[in-house]
Amino acid sequence: MSEPIIQIQHLSKTFGGGAEPVHALEDICLDIRQGEIFGIIGLSGAGKSTLVRCMNLLERPTSGAVLVDGKDMTALSEKELRLQRRKITMIFQSFNLLMQRTCLKNVCFPMEIAGVPRAEQRARELLELVDLGEKAGAYPAQLSGGQKQRVAIARALATDPKVLLCDEATSALDPTTTASILGLLKDLNAKLGVTVVVITHQMSVIEEICSRVAILDGGVVAEMGEVQEIFSNPSTDAARRLVYPGGVSISQYPASTRAIRVSFNGGTAYQPLIASVAIDCGVKLNILGADTRNVGGKALGTMLLGLPEDSNEAAKALSYIRSQPYITVEEVEYRG
Amino acid sequence: MAEIFTAAFWAEYGGILAEGVWDTLLMTGLSTLLAYLIGLPMGVVMILTQPHGIRPNRAVNAVLGWVINIGRSLPFIILMIALFPFTKLVVGTKIGIKGAVVPLVVSAAPFIARMVETALSEVDAGVIEAAQSMGASTFQIVWKVYLPEAKPSLILGGSVVLIAIVGYTAMAGIMGAGGLGDLAIRYGHQRNVPSVMWVTVIFLIILVQVVQSVFSRLSVRIDKRLK
Repeated sequence: MSEPIIQIQHLSKTFGGGAEPVHALEDICLDIRQGEIFGIIGLSGAGKSTLVRCMNLLERPTSGAVLVDGKDMTALSEKELRLQRRKITMIFQSFNLLMQRTCLKNVCFPMEIAGVPRAEQRARELLELVDLGEKAGAYPAQLSGGQKQRVAIARALATDPKVLLCDEATSALDPTTTASILGLLKDLNAKLGVTVVVITHQMSVIEEICSRVAILDGGVVAEMGEVQEIFSNPSTDAARRLVYPGGVSISQYPASTRAIRVSFNGGTAYQPLIASVAIDCGVKLNILGADTRNVGGKALGTMLLGLPEDSNEAAKALSYIRSQPYITVEEVEYRG
Repeated sequence: MAEIFTAAFWAEYGGILAEGVWDTLLMTGLSTLLAYLIGLPMGVVMILTQPHGIRPNRAVNAVLGWVINIGRSLPFIILMIALFPFTKLVVGTKIGIKGAVVPLVVSAAPFIARMVETALSEVDAGVIEAAQSMGASTFQIVWKVYLPEAKPSLILGGSVVLIAIVGYTAMAGIMGAGGLGDLAIRYGHQRNVPSVMWVTVIFLIILVQVVQSVFSRLSVRIDKRLK
């Protein structure tokens, strides 16, 4: 594995001193590797936008360090910071294009700031790269949301960044446009090797393009790892809430229910598990809830099953399920 | 009043009316220009130093805000008299166009500062954040983001400023500055030639209409958000 391009070390961010300070982020540690697409997911208020703004120091962390390409952002002078920001650019939910400039001039903008010569020629190439070559002379108001985000991406790439931060970049877009923007980010990541950090509240976005993910909950990293791992076996409540927003939660069922959570960990297809148990063991299981999905061709998900009251039957079913490949079983307690 | 359509009227008063028009335009143009040189940076500083600005500075913001409010709370005619010693010091005279320009600028600059502040506050904070994320300096953000993005609104504000200054020049005219206000008072009131006053009124109406429609149209034409 390659070196981390971003290292976040014990980062905390507190807003407002006084009597009731808000701890937006607490002791965050994470490494983002060069060339990967890293996802940061959390519900609103989890602190993900603050975290991404701490990476380019639009927000100054209260404590901790942020190393981008080996340099501690928090230790840089104002001028050095401005230079370093060219390596870690950003796109936004609301695109944030300059409305009084053409697309071409928008893409030229970061190069004007950096004093790059022949900016216009490079801007044209970048617009071609995002498939908007013919819109060079158009103004942002004349574009659709997806096109605006493409211009923003071209603009963010203008200074040859090592990292592209995407702050809810697809949250304002419809599903089809979202897919095309995600496809573009994936392409650019492969073609240019730019590391992509995706901030989102949508699990589908993480599934679509990320290799690793950090789950942010209440200002702390609840869980972090390979997307597949976390999806197949979310081990914290925060992760479960995000992975299965429909909430396959035992707490909804009566206390008498003895239940198990069955996780599908990436077989090529879903086994007809319930039918198999019924036929092979003669035991009837009750499906209390299920949420399954396909990630990269692999079957992932969980089912919450109610066991029969007869303990012999329950044990039989349990041992049968345990013997199946790509499946893990855990008995869950009623916590109502 | 019908006499304004006669050749005799124009033979007698044409010269001074033309001179009055010219003086009014000159005073208005010159003071607007100079007032913008002071008011525009003041407005920019107000935006930058506000609590959520890119250079938050409570002290500067509060002091400048006070100065602007004081400037705006004095009626022009009083400000002009109060400034006589200062005017004399700066331009060497209290009267004429030169003498009028000083109080006009002092009075218009705070007004412009508020206009500019309002126009710039309409620029989307996200766009400013985007520019910061690209490593733009404060100067670059002002020069390449705030001012160009707010241009349509700045132009509209400019028309309000210009028209207000035209009004101020009439008052300055009373205090010996010349221009149309001076003519209206001297001929219309003191010498009882109301036709001269009517011509100045008509001219002022036309001037305001032209300024407003030219600026409004310009503002719409250059605003790329509307297409």
